[in-house]
Amino acid sequence: MAPRTSRRPGFSRRAQYGLFLGYVIAVAGILFALLLLVVAMVDPTGFGVLKGAALDATRPVSAGGRGVVGFFSGLGEGAGNYFAAGSQNADLKKRLAAERRAVIQARATELENRRLKALLKLTQDVPDPVAVTRIVGSSYDSVRRLATLSAGSSSGVRPGQPVRAPEGLVGRVIETGRWAARVLLVSDAASNVPVRLVRDGTPAIASGRGDGTIELKTLEVGKNPFRRGDILVTSGIGGVYPPDVPVAVVVAVDGDRTVAKPLADPARIDYAMVLNVFQPAASQPLSPQTAAALEGAGQ
Amino acid sequence: VSRIAGSRRDVAIWGLRRQTVPVISTLAASLLDALPIVATAPVIPDFAYLVLLAWRLLRPELWTAQIALPLGLFNDLVAGHPLGQSMALWTITFFVFDLIDARVGWRDYWMDWFFASLAILFYTAGGWYVARLMGARVDPLVLAPQFALSLIAYPLVARLVVGLDRWRLAR
Repeated sequence: MAPRTSRRPGFSRRAQYGLFLGYVIAVAGILFALLLLVVAMVDPTGFGVLKGAALDATRPVSAGGRGVVGFFSGLGEGAGNYFAAGSQNADLKKRLAAERRAVIQARATELENRRLKALLKLTQDVPDPVAVTRIVGSSYDSVRRLATLSAGSSSGVRPGQPVRAPEGLVGRVIETGRWAARVLLVSDAASNVPVRLVRDGTPAIASGRGDGTIELKTLEVGKNPFRRGDILVTSGIGGVYPPDVPVAVVVAVDGDRTVAKPLADPARIDYAMVLNVFQPAASQPLSPQTAAALEGAGQ
Repeated sequence: VSRIAGSRRDVAIWGLRRQTVPVISTLAASLLDALPIVATAPVIPDFAYLVLLAWRLLRPELWTAQIALPLGLFNDLVAGHPLGQSMALWTITFFVFDLIDARVGWRDYWMDWFFASLAILFYTAGGWYVARLMGARVDPLVLAPQFALSLIAYPLVARLVVGLDRWRLAR
């Protein structure tokens, strides 16, 4: 491209003022955008109506091609499986034998459980889901790990509600439209889920790393309690996520660092269930009395 | 297709096409975010930004900096970014390109690619920083594959935009 000899658009005053005005608008626009970002930081649920409307407007595109999700995510995995077929086969056989033993053991335990529960007259309390829906999209080109659900406030979905799949915990609703909602996945770096180790009940916090994996942080100092293959379930602490929902399986232990993989892969799960907040009181502000008492204790 | 406008209507249609194709192609690239692709790691480039860059580098006289505001707002809404992220980053990009154009006399293919790489780096880092401010502390290395793919994808997108530009201006 040939260089422009001057930054002036010409001799026309009107064109010169127009260019100047354009820059004034652009600078004002940047300041306005930064202000919007500050607002988003202070109140992440702000502009909910506008964002919800955008979610609703793009939902038909996403929902129409749900089958494509499986296709795209199948591509990479299919190729990988082909290359690793031999070793995978041997590995799977070994694992199958181990699983079979485990299943028999689990069946025995379940029988015993049922007997004991009947003895105690306990009923298992499984809460009804708010909505059963599908994951129809994600923020695939951004550093955040967000997914789109094809159900919104018209089905009773509200920000803050946990989302799970049969395989495990998916995440938490952060924005809703009328017919669509956005979910913060457990692998997002802003997501922190209180979990416990199934093996011995060690409590930990599962924080996303932004690349599809989760980092586990123990609450105690000392030897890393995690081993490869350990399963983690929600502990119910904090009152948002119901207890005993599977979350992740440990894939790598390196000194103090423990990396786990979510059990529910948002690209492969068929259904996602939106649940009620486990303890609704947990998301309410403190009562004045409690706040006053806490303040007194702090002094 | 006749190369000579047969009527006022033809002239009006061609005029409309000439004016709207850049904006519509950028909006369409933003709408790619609505596609049912579920990814667990950020790998795929942000095509909306690449298309915007390609138009800006190909036709500097086409847009003034303020056009990036509404386009950015649309991208924020569709992609689920915090409102203001693309608005600010895209407009700043346009400003810097105005400065570059005022100082650098000639730009060729390689320099376009170089400037586009700098812009993509700025955009990726900006998105990373905004996510950090919003409480998502991500290791910057997680974004490396996406950055590399964006660099490779830029010439392809630029090629596409050149094709669109030829169609837009065809008589």
